[in-house]
Amino acid sequence: MARKAKTAQAKLALFDRIFKPKTMTVGEHTVLKPRSRTWLILLTLIVAVWGAVIVTDFDFGIIIRRGYQFTVILKKIFNPDWSYFHKVLPPLLDTIKMSVMGSFIGCTLALPFAVLASANINHNGVFVAVLRVLLNIVRTLPTLVIASICALIFKLGTFAGTVAITLFTFGLVTKMLYESIETIDMGAFEAMEALGATRFQAFWSGCFPQILPTYLSHSLYSFEINIRAASILGYVGAGGLGILINERIGWRDYEGLGMVLITLFAVVLIIDNTSQYLRRKLS
Amino acid sequence: MQNAINPIEEMYGSRPRRWWIYTVVVLIMVVLLGWSGNAIQFKGLAARGSDVAYGIVYGIFHPDMNLLINWTRDGVPYMLFETVAIALLGTLIGGVLAVPFSFLAAENVVPKWVAFFSRAFILLIRTIPSLVWALVWIRVTGPGAFCGVVTQSICSIGMISKLYINAIEDLDTRILESLDAAGCTTFQKIRYGILPQLYANFVSTIIYRFDINIKDATTLGIVGAGGIGAALIQSINSRRWSMVGAFLFGMIVLMLIIEFSSTKIRKKLARG
Repeated sequence: MARKAKTAQAKLALFDRIFKPKTMTVGEHTVLKPRSRTWLILLTLIVAVWGAVIVTDFDFGIIIRRGYQFTVILKKIFNPDWSYFHKVLPPLLDTIKMSVMGSFIGCTLALPFAVLASANINHNGVFVAVLRVLLNIVRTLPTLVIASICALIFKLGTFAGTVAITLFTFGLVTKMLYESIETIDMGAFEAMEALGATRFQAFWSGCFPQILPTYLSHSLYSFEINIRAASILGYVGAGGLGILINERIGWRDYEGLGMVLITLFAVVLIIDNTSQYLRRKLS
Repeated sequence: MQNAINPIEEMYGSRPRRWWIYTVVVLIMVVLLGWSGNAIQFKGLAARGSDVAYGIVYGIFHPDMNLLINWTRDGVPYMLFETVAIALLGTLIGGVLAVPFSFLAAENVVPKWVAFFSRAFILLIRTIPSLVWALVWIRVTGPGAFCGVVTQSICSIGMISKLYINAIEDLDTRILESLDAAGCTTFQKIRYGILPQLYANFVSTIIYRFDINIKDATTLGIVGAGGIGAALIQSINSRRWSMVGAFLFGMIVLMLIIEFSSTKIRKKLARG
């Protein structure tokens, strides 16, 4: 009995060892009721928020005092300069082209890497772990940082933006894809291997049809995100709408900015709805 | 033998043929790619492009150690701390601001037309890139970390309310009826009927957004909204690669830690 209590004690988390759980006796049975941790979580959160407020010079007074500035800008943005539309069109097309191309190349590259990184198909554990760490590192780099480096390597313009979008899509789609590959039914794969098919043949006819809809759905989703991401890449010189956005704000031409944003809004709305419709059909 | 094989062949012969759908899809893809391909041409490397590429690789393997273990305001740890602080405050405020918006946009709470307008409004917030929000808010708050906080509070509303709405629309309202039957007051109905259903989902959403906001906060610095981004972009532009390496190293480590722990906490929340 005493030993049993001891092992139970060892299993307790650090928190429960400091703040001993209550023992409740119901007839013969003793039950441990751990103490509530809500206060500890709340305390940590309050300390963290207090620290964050100091570090960021949080001052709500500024918003109250200078908030009218924001409404002034908003008013101008919602009163767009329609004559500016013909200048918005070419960079908008650039943005769309960058995201189409980047999404396509990124998704194509993602497929083989996702297959290699899924533990149920590739049984080499070390290889899978190393590959995943590398993929994680690719994913942590913000698109804007990649774009600004690319703009230095390959001249300013849409090519740098496309490379940045490609890398971003690659990281995102690979992760989503290997997570879905790991949930598929491997029965067909094993049956085909037993019949004498090579690993590739077995994968191609046993697994690929299962992941194809998910793969297409992930690709469409990444395309949705990419339109938004591509629209700001111009800020660091990688082509597209971002150049205009930067320029309009620099000149304080908020009516022009409003036009840019409204066009972007319309395009995003159309693409989001189309892609969501297609994704619903896929699933 | 013939008889055994025939039904299989029959089934195989009558399998759905959707080759024309595939052809159309492939055609659309080819046209789109051809159309976008003509704009994006590789014009060769920039004047010193290969130097830059080499410099980045060199910098990542030789980060500036003085910067990496420097505990003053100019060091990497402090900047990362500032980035986390911006993301934390921004996410929390955004998470609170998103609550009224998402109740106003849930079709099982308000009439359809109210929900429609709230959804359009949320979509508008989501569409405007965070960089633009930051550039607009800088005019109000001036450059600095506070601008980042305000920007992220506004930007986060979009995605957080979208996920909140899903949770609210999945609410099981039968519990409310049984609480009614037990004679509960309105406050008790909210406390014991609604909050337990939403709590885990809301917290999970906020943690997920925190993850995204950390990444976003690093880029907001590029326009002067605090965090590590400003220093990073300056060092890239002035081509001090070992500094770039130190910043990138710090950022990657921070984001790997945050992502790992957020996934772990969210898994725990999902299991209950």
